[in-house]
Amino acid sequence: MAPTTMAQALNTALRDALHEDDRVLVFGEDVGALGGVFRITDGLTDKFGDERCFDTPLAEAGIVGFAVGLAMGGFRPVVEMQFDAFAYPAFEQIASHVAKLRNRTRGRLSLPLVIRIPYAGGIGGVEHHCDSSEAYYAHTPGLKVATPATVADAYSMLREAIADPDPVVFLEPKKLYWSKSDVDLPLRTEPFGRAAVRREGRDATVVAYGPAVPVALAAADAAAGEGWDLEVVDLRTIVPFDDETVTASVRRTGRCVVVQEAPGFAGVGAEVAARVQERCFHSLHAPVLRVSGFDVPYPPPMLEHHHLPGVDRVLDALDRLQRDDEPDPRFLAVGGPA
Amino acid sequence: MALLLPSAEPVRYLTDTGTPVTDPPAYPVPDLDLLVTAYRKMVVGRRFDTQATALTKQGRLAVYPSSHGQEACQVGAVLAVGAGDWLFPTYRESVALVTRGVDPVEVLSLLRGDAHCGYDPRAHHVAPQCTPLATQTLHATGLAYAERRKGSGAIALAFIGDGATSEGDFHEALNFAAVFRAPVVFLVQNNRYAISVPLERQSAAPSLAAKGIGYGVPAEQVDGNDPVAVLAVLTAAVAHARSGAGPFLVEAHTYRMDAHTNADDATRYRAAAEVDEWRRRDPVARLEAYLRGRGALTDADASEIAAEAEEYAAALRARMNADPDLTPTDLFDHVYAEPTPQLREQRATLLAELVEAP
Ligand SMILES: Cc1ncc(C[n+]2csc(CCOP(=O)(O)OP(=O)(O)O)c2C)c(N)n1
Repeated sequence: MAPTTMAQALNTALRDALHEDDRVLVFGEDVGALGGVFRITDGLTDKFGDERCFDTPLAEAGIVGFAVGLAMGGFRPVVEMQFDAFAYPAFEQIASHVAKLRNRTRGRLSLPLVIRIPYAGGIGGVEHHCDSSEAYYAHTPGLKVATPATVADAYSMLREAIADPDPVVFLEPKKLYWSKSDVDLPLRTEPFGRAAVRREGRDATVVAYGPAVPVALAAADAAAGEGWDLEVVDLRTIVPFDDETVTASVRRTGRCVVVQEAPGFAGVGAEVAARVQERCFHSLHAPVLRVSGFDVPYPPPMLEHHHLPGVDRVLDALDRLQRDDEPDPRFLAVGGPA
Repeated sequence: MALLLPSAEPVRYLTDTGTPVTDPPAYPVPDLDLLVTAYRKMVVGRRFDTQATALTKQGRLAVYPSSHGQEACQVGAVLAVGAGDWLFPTYRESVALVTRGVDPVEVLSLLRGDAHCGYDPRAHHVAPQCTPLATQTLHATGLAYAERRKGSGAIALAFIGDGATSEGDFHEALNFAAVFRAPVVFLVQNNRYAISVPLERQSAAPSLAAKGIGYGVPAEQVDGNDPVAVLAVLTAAVAHARSGAGPFLVEAHTYRMDAHTNADDATRYRAAAEVDEWRRRDPVARLEAYLRGRGALTDADASEIAAEAEEYAAALRARMNADPDLTPTDLFDHVYAEPTPQLREQRATLLAELVEAP
């Protein structure tokens, strides 16, 4: 087995999908000769020709809207949005059409298409290159929202996204592009809708997804030294959501922390916390806590480390979890400390 | 109709080597003093640009999109408008901004990564450098219309690249500007590539200037490496907008000599021969040759300007070698006019973290 990066795994997944199914088309900005700004499409035009992998004019609404028509016409488009915030011009197409076509046509038309978006931060990118936009998509019924955290999942989940009969927003954590692991491709991991327990533990469940998964695992390592035996659950797909795995875990551990890089307010973590609370209320020894980025626009690179939730912030939450008989004043103060 | 049609060939006054063309176009030639100023600004601008590129190698800038080769457009645009007119730049317009007089360290804040916008837009009448493509063209249109409503006489100049003209926002901006007769000049710097994508893959129109026709926006195309032509055409475009006749679109044909940014590998998508061909049309060399030919630039002038550029670069280097003053709680200070209760809470959390682990 040779070490493979997440970027290589994604490239291999596209390669294999193009090879196996003539209906698969890859297009977007700079995906051809350049191979994408992150080189995820490297070599695909050389291998499959520029009718299978091609550059488009620079227009995200155009790219996604064009993909809608191609999918209606029998192709399986896999489009690349260059960076998270540059998908916003396409949001109209995604929210109004990609998400709704099956429903609008009572199932007569479907859209098997994949919108790949490098997302989230931690790479020192200038503004608009680091947004965590998952909540917008997860809040839009009709979209599947997937975000791999491991090299194996990157391959397997992208293959599954391409084969899916429904549109998938495929969020690639850019800071994990260069993460490596020894895997033999092709391979298949758990299907969409199944979370993975990345580490088993007794004392609390840490739920994470995408770029927050390595943070949760590192926190679990650090917490082990302080006597915490943490279970880490990687959601893998935000939609569909795996209530079963999360619920079973929290019922066992009795405590839950959700870690996400995105701002916390009205984010995916809020959804996880609510679901856990609804399903595990009688097993909980402490409130479900969220650890997230602050509710601020993504900061300039030199300040991003203050924003991104790291191991310390997770450990801090664990401290608060212990105090179940003595509520943290931060939860009681109306308006919070000034 | 004739008014709306750009010339079939780009307007130019200088040959590739800087001698005057035999059959000069109809636009008035800018006066020599202005051209000498343009030369000075272009030399300083280029030195700024090479210094910024060097700073990326020293890790002092996170990223830098070079303007090398596009100095005629960037300097020409700034010299064609007045200090009260607004500029709407993109990430590539650093040379335009230093020409406008914005502190170079503040110009580089975005790219160094200490602030999203280092300068005061109102003080300079310069909008923040825009990263999401083409979005600023609508802002320029709205602002220009506001100035018209106020009767201020100010106009807006929006910079945009060839690739970004494919974005819907650009088309909506042209349309709005025409319908509302907004005094805005759109300057397309057609440097032939949008990162790796060549113009042929971007647009099938006979020229990007031709895109004005369908919206009722008069347009012109110009040799963007000919500083005399750029100044002449932009001066006319600005006068058109200021007169109340509505927007104007200028397509400047130019070339970026460096890669898209220091992080990009241009050899993947363009040939060295093409780059060399454009090197022969260098805007700085062309203007220098022209000014010398007119007796407006002596050896002494040229070396004085070169020395000024060196000093500018040295001062910039010294200031960029110091770490910026960063205040972590800035994160919360400008999200809303008044922070929400939640932001106050989060600010306290961060302060506590900083005390624990400074
Ligand atoms: C809406 C949007 N999509 C994609 C990008 C990523 N991106 C940054 S620069 C660029 C190419 C722009 O080319 P062009 O408009 O020709 O301007 P140039 O950089 O050549 O000056 C791309 C695709 C972006 N910034 N905004």
